[in-house]
Amino acid sequence: MKKGHIIGLGIIAIAIVIIMTSIGDASSYESFNTAWEMKEDGEDKAIHVVGQLKKDATGQVSGIEVREDKTSFTFLLVDNDGTEQKVFYNEPVPADFQRSEQVVVIGSYRDKEIFVADKILMKCPSKYQETDVQAAGM
Amino acid sequence: MINTFVGNLGHLMTIVAFVSALVTAYAYFQYFRANEIEKASWRRFSRISFYIHTVSTVMIAFSLFEIIYNHRYEYFYAYSHSSKALPVHYMISSFWEGQEGAFILWAFWNVILGVILIHTNKFWEAPVMIVFALVQAFLISMIMGVVIGDLKIGSSPFMLLRDATQAPIFELNPDFVPEDGTGLNPLLQNIWMVIHPPTLFLGYASTLIPFAFLIGGLVTKRYSEWIRPALPWAIFSAMILGMGIIMGAYWAYVTLNFGGYWNWDPVENAVYVPWLILVASIHTMITFKKSATALKTSIVLVIMSFILVLYATFLVRSGVLGDASVHSFTDLGLSGQLLIYMLFFLVIAVFLAARAWKHIPTSEKEADVYSREFWIFLGAVTLGLMAFQVILPTSIPAWNALVESFGGISNMAPPADQVEFYTKFQLWFAVAIALLTSVGQFFWWQKIDKKALKEALVTPYIVSVLISAAIIVLAKVYDWKYIIIVLAGTFTIVANAVILAKILKKSTFKLAGGSLAHIGLGMILIGIMFSSGYSDVISINMSGLTYSNSWEDEMNKEHVLLWINKPTQMKDYTVIYRGRQKKVVGVPEYVPAKILESTGNVNEAIALEDFKDHFKKGDVVKIVLEENDYFKIDYLQNETLKFSLSPMSQFNEGMGGLISSPDSKIYLNRDLYTYVAAMNDYEDPEWKEDENYEVSPGEQFHIADFVTYFDGAEVLKEIEGYQLQEGDVAVKAKLRVLDYDTEKLLEPTFIIRNNQVGKLPVIDTELGLKVSLENILPEQNKFVFKVNQYQKDYVVMKAIVKPYINVLWIGTIIMLIGFSVAIFRRFDEFQKMRDKGLE
Repeated sequence: MKKGHIIGLGIIAIAIVIIMTSIGDASSYESFNTAWEMKEDGEDKAIHVVGQLKKDATGQVSGIEVREDKTSFTFLLVDNDGTEQKVFYNEPVPADFQRSEQVVVIGSYRDKEIFVADKILMKCPSKYQETDVQAAGM
Repeated sequence: MINTFVGNLGHLMTIVAFVSALVTAYAYFQYFRANEIEKASWRRFSRISFYIHTVSTVMIAFSLFEIIYNHRYEYFYAYSHSSKALPVHYMISSFWEGQEGAFILWAFWNVILGVILIHTNKFWEAPVMIVFALVQAFLISMIMGVVIGDLKIGSSPFMLLRDATQAPIFELNPDFVPEDGTGLNPLLQNIWMVIHPPTLFLGYASTLIPFAFLIGGLVTKRYSEWIRPALPWAIFSAMILGMGIIMGAYWAYVTLNFGGYWNWDPVENAVYVPWLILVASIHTMITFKKSATALKTSIVLVIMSFILVLYATFLVRSGVLGDASVHSFTDLGLSGQLLIYMLFFLVIAVFLAARAWKHIPTSEKEADVYSREFWIFLGAVTLGLMAFQVILPTSIPAWNALVESFGGISNMAPPADQVEFYTKFQLWFAVAIALLTSVGQFFWWQKIDKKALKEALVTPYIVSVLISAAIIVLAKVYDWKYIIIVLAGTFTIVANAVILAKILKKSTFKLAGGSLAHIGLGMILIGIMFSSGYSDVISINMSGLTYSNSWEDEMNKEHVLLWINKPTQMKDYTVIYRGRQKKVVGVPEYVPAKILESTGNVNEAIALEDFKDHFKKGDVVKIVLEENDYFKIDYLQNETLKFSLSPMSQFNEGMGGLISSPDSKIYLNRDLYTYVAAMNDYEDPEWKEDENYEVSPGEQFHIADFVTYFDGAEVLKEIEGYQLQEGDVAVKAKLRVLDYDTEKLLEPTFIIRNNQVGKLPVIDTELGLKVSLENILPEQNKFVFKVNQYQKDYVVMKAIVKPYINVLWIGTIIMLIGFSVAIFRRFDEFQKMRDKGLE
């Protein structure tokens, strides 16, 4: 066998390993229901859940409870199927958290009551959609 | 009054630039095909056309900057990216904060590079400039803002605010101009953000040059000659792009609070991948120049590096990354346009390369293991695999979008722990690269056989093992993975240093580029290993207090809550939060916020007290960005103050909440990195209910937890900011409030006029107290104080020690110097050949 072939096979082998691990380590987008099913099946992998913060009748975000040492908090997230879930995040409340129109939590269920987020991604209202140009200083 | 002139000028120039780009492409095409007689006139025409394009592109940039510079908030771009308080250098950042500005920047660099190429090339001008002009046409189309029916081409930065938004105010008054803009994202208010984007976009723009030479070579059937002029530019591009990446990493390190310089975020990956491929292409191009092999690989890599830049732009700017990145991207509806842009050049390049494929010279002989070609090729392959491993998961959102556009469902998400996922591959690839560079460099300089190689390598090998052993013992590197990295990194440095010494002895510094760049690589590897692998979060709650007594306490709390003035133990340090500070124009140090009172004008305050020699009480001072608070954190060891850090935070309503920037104590061998993760919002305190205290002068009592002394009262003859009249009685009580080691004077005042009582309470935001003198009971010699509490000021803070991070920064600088040396050498070669009339 020529060296070229060995190298070629080596490249292909490594490429396959890369593809397999990328698929294997890839997370997935779930709803809270499917995430809980996964947890019950013993699957502990961190998954993504997309949702919105729970809002009360007046449109205010409700259900955020900051721990006494202010270094962690829980909040209520409503996923795209409408399931409400209490989520714990072991970090201080991110800056524009309350304003975010969409929240992606990456983590897994601890038990039925609590979903522990390892990481939170927020989508904030884009400035491009800002329609309330302030009339102040007119 | 609305100024529509500048916007119209900018828009007109956009159209001129677009049309002239197309005309230039056509003209150069004619020049390319024309016979000898007509050639001169076509060339003149093409150049004039390109110069018109250049001028109009510069005018687009000028118009947009004029709008920002003169605070023309009737324009949407200025309104949403700038504000009056911004100093000029941040207005420059505002320019490219929006995507339209970024495209203008890109187009601007392209025309500059185009002009340089016209003047440095003879033969290559026509084909290269055709590619340039086409790229420009695509870029300018991104900012055209033309709507034909349902089809929107580009997003214009010259849109008026009233056209961009449906705010009701414009129905009442179409000529309404907002007083101020919404400001620049505070994270971008950093000197690195002024220079990082232009550097990165120059890197992006310059990847076009090797690609254009390649296309020129394929069209003119000069399948190998294109390498010589392309090579210095490829190295230039890799250097600038590399510099842009490093600046971005450094910016992230000093302004963002994710705790590091690299996070494997899709945005970072999107520049890292083209850079890897670019570096690989440089190596194969150099191999080709030396030994006429690897031409086909070079062609493929050059095409890939250019297309990957476009692909990266597509990923980042089309909004497809949506849920996958911490960066929020705005979909301007350009995704289709970006996709066409990318596919257009991909199809052309693949078509031309495929057509020429069988004519491209290849070397028949198999590369020998003891040849440099073999090792370089392995290096290029490794770089390619590194790029592949990163781009594949980064593209998952694009894959989902693709599946969904065909009606399928794909719920794949990027790996949950990106850092761990990418590191486990990239680390070992990097080790392989490091080893290849050290071995490969020896082949570079002399033909070598097995025996000679062993001899050449044995000394550097022993030296590097000894050095590594010293590093491992002294820095306590006990993890086997990290030991391998130290070995690989040191071996790279030593082996390349040996080569460097040989070069400097035998020939000139001009040839030292390669070994310098590789020494830099070795240092980068070691620096990354230490600063990331041994990064140590020291802000762990050491108070022993548990707050919830549940499983939550078992999780690592990586933040500490610091109440003002309260000493808190944190690993080797005692830290004390000492209150907020501001930056004042002309004062070299931070000024406590409590001695400044806003005048109501932007960035202006009155001093309430003298501050050293810098200003006196009552002076009006200018504040550098008044929204910025610098939190003073004292670090003590053995009860003596070692140093203070002042991490910044900005409470920005418009941008949505708290934005923080870290501050670091930089030692030679480590950084101590500190940032504020949450802070007290005392703008609108919710005061608790009234508490009344009856106290006699000289008495000691407690307000909340504070020991307080009532030192007595005095009758005032005058009160600042208040006109006392005949018969008025004004009394000021003196309270001393103790909080740990600090003492505060609170002096509420009480005024009686015509049997009416007036009270001037004092509010101390740091202690969270409001105290007023409610009443005086002369017969009992008692004073009645009313106290309302809110809460003491606090910060939630994170502190990380990053060892040997300076090795990383120094390594990158050495690598960039190596690139620069190589650029001069290769450009010199090209110039000599050109001046001989060979090219």
